Amino acid sequence: MLIALALVSGFGLGSMYGLLALGFYVTYSVSGTVNFAQGSSMMLGAVLCYSFAITFGLNPILSIVLALALCGVWGAAVERVAVRPFASRGSNGWLMATVAVGIILENVTLFLFGKEPRNYPSVLADNPVEIAGIPVLPLQLVIPAAGLVIALALHLVARRTRIGKALLAVMQNPDAARLMGIDVARAITASYAVSTIFAGIAGILIAPLFNVSSDMGTLFGIKAFAVAIVGGITSAWGVVLAGLCYGLLEAMITAFLGSTYTQILTFALVIVALALLPNGLLGNAGTKKV
Amino acid sequence: MSTRDIAARGGNWGRLAALSVAALIAATGMARADEPIKVGQISALSGGSAKSGEGITRGLTIAIDEINAAGGVLGRKIELVRRDDESNPSKGQLAARELIDQEKVAALFGGIDSPVALAIVPIANQSKTPFFSVWAAATPITRNGANPNFVFRVSAVDALVDKALTNYATKTFNAKKLGLMLVNNPWGESNEKGLTAAAKDKGIGLAGVEKFEESDVDMVAQLTRLKSAGADAIILVANAAPGAQVMKSLQRTGWNVPVVSHWGISGGRFPELAGPGAQKVEFVQTYSFFGKQNPVGEKVLAELKAKYPDIKGPADVVPPVGVADAYDAMHLVALAIAKAGSTDGDKVRQALENLDRYQGLIKTYDHPFSASNHDALSENDYIMVHFVGAQIQPVTN
Repeated sequence: MLIALALVSGFGLGSMYGLLALGFYVTYSVSGTVNFAQGSSMMLGAVLCYSFAITFGLNPILSIVLALALCGVWGAAVERVAVRPFASRGSNGWLMATVAVGIILENVTLFLFGKEPRNYPSVLADNPVEIAGIPVLPLQLVIPAAGLVIALALHLVARRTRIGKALLAVMQNPDAARLMGIDVARAITASYAVSTIFAGIAGILIAPLFNVSSDMGTLFGIKAFAVAIVGGITSAWGVVLAGLCYGLLEAMITAFLGSTYTQILTFALVIVALALLPNGLLGNAGTKKV
Repeated sequence: MSTRDIAARGGNWGRLAALSVAALIAATGMARADEPIKVGQISALSGGSAKSGEGITRGLTIAIDEINAAGGVLGRKIELVRRDDESNPSKGQLAARELIDQEKVAALFGGIDSPVALAIVPIANQSKTPFFSVWAAATPITRNGANPNFVFRVSAVDALVDKALTNYATKTFNAKKLGLMLVNNPWGESNEKGLTAAAKDKGIGLAGVEKFEESDVDMVAQLTRLKSAGADAIILVANAAPGAQVMKSLQRTGWNVPVVSHWGISGGRFPELAGPGAQKVEFVQTYSFFGKQNPVGEKVLAELKAKYPDIKGPADVVPPVGVADAYDAMHLVALAIAKAGSTDGDKVRQALENLDRYQGLIKTYDHPFSASNHDALSENDYIMVHFVGAQIQPVTN
């Protein structure tokens, strides 16, 4: 029973780590840079959706759409302000700049949203249903399903649509892509927008389970980055797999050893995993042609 | 002009300068006598327990307004200086040092978080500044082994609360095996000791002692373990945010078990965060503004309604603990300063230990403190309450 409950919650959280890590994957693959404000972007999605749906009383679907649209705008802004000035000059300053931007967002939210965590009521998180004798909240089934659907959608869009193929082209060879008429700068901005939209979706999905507060995303973002590295940041399915593994591991450790040791053990295992597989689960060693 | 002339002029200027400096010193000296007596509040003004800090501020402010309206203490007005400890012991310590060294407060009032209060205790004792806990209940805050001890409390004491909670669980729910759900911090530990001792005294067993972190969101594992061990009542010790997550997790496991809680959950938006499960938790308070009030209670309620437009009745004083404890504590401090005739920390401490009678809000204090007892309230002053909607109301048995 304990294991079953741990599996359910582990799958749910794991798929969200994977979703956030997919955001890391997208921006890294297209531009070689990473948005360290990913955790804060997740918080932004939840906070915006809460503000629209609860504070302003808008239609829930409309709130979600608006919140995600604004997350996309935020992602594009992060790229313009914190990444492009550095990456275009070959500097690694975007590492700190994205961290800083994330911190700024959290503190602005603290001022505007308020200091207390708030509850996001959802009809999916009210009454547990019994599945094979285990009480499960409907939301806990929706979350991993949503994660899987989004990963699949990314896979299909990348391979089947023009936009997706353009992004793939930029990933493989930005110079050739530019020569073929693909606007590389716009592709990079788009990849950032996509990554923050993913983060926003994750935030909205977990908001009814956790509580909505300005610092809900910080630890999540750190874990998602660890997941992205362990999964091999160059492989989409790798990061999804790593996310699920991490979530399950976390849930199992909490179930059997209590939550005091969870962070210690999971991060220790991340280090062990990287020691054994330096390129991540499914990643490839980058080759430098000389 | 010759040097003799300059010396003569220097002399005149020198005399003028000396006179001006003397006048300035006299002026500032007089200003010092009219300077307000500052008291400091260090509590959680942000985060999941922000409501607790707000309640304490209101209690202190109402008391200070009353004291100032009656002419202040030693002819000086009282001024409240607040700092947010963000429920973080290091920030609480920084705030304590700042208030003591720079603002030169005559007394400090603490907040809801026992870990923060425990961190401030050595600073208070070292700097000889009276420190009043008006909410944090960990036993070692006042029973800290220091002599002289500058820490006082108008609030519940864990050792006594734990006895009260255990008694309530056995009496009301016929519990024979308690399951403890405790937050993993010094406050949780203080209650672990108290509850284990209380259960042993009462001759009932403990199904288990489960801990969780303040930031945890999923306590299903801990609850499942308690259920398998045969717990028939849960004693919860946590603040509003993790407490709410415990109730949410409890709802997920579908386990119908009575929950008796310490008062941490009243320090934040527990009913909103926990959902419908919040209504079944019964917990402890030191005061309720419901029902027949003593004359002080009526007066305080009227003043609260006058000063804070969101308070229209007893149901809006949420949480009552912070307001009531802080109100009485402020008055006790004022009485002690008046009795000591100065704001010197050691003299105020001795005055507190020798206070006579004060007709307060929570009760009539008769010699509330002594050299060996720095806790003004005992288990006879506790009441059990529950949430009805977002309001805290006494449990009617």
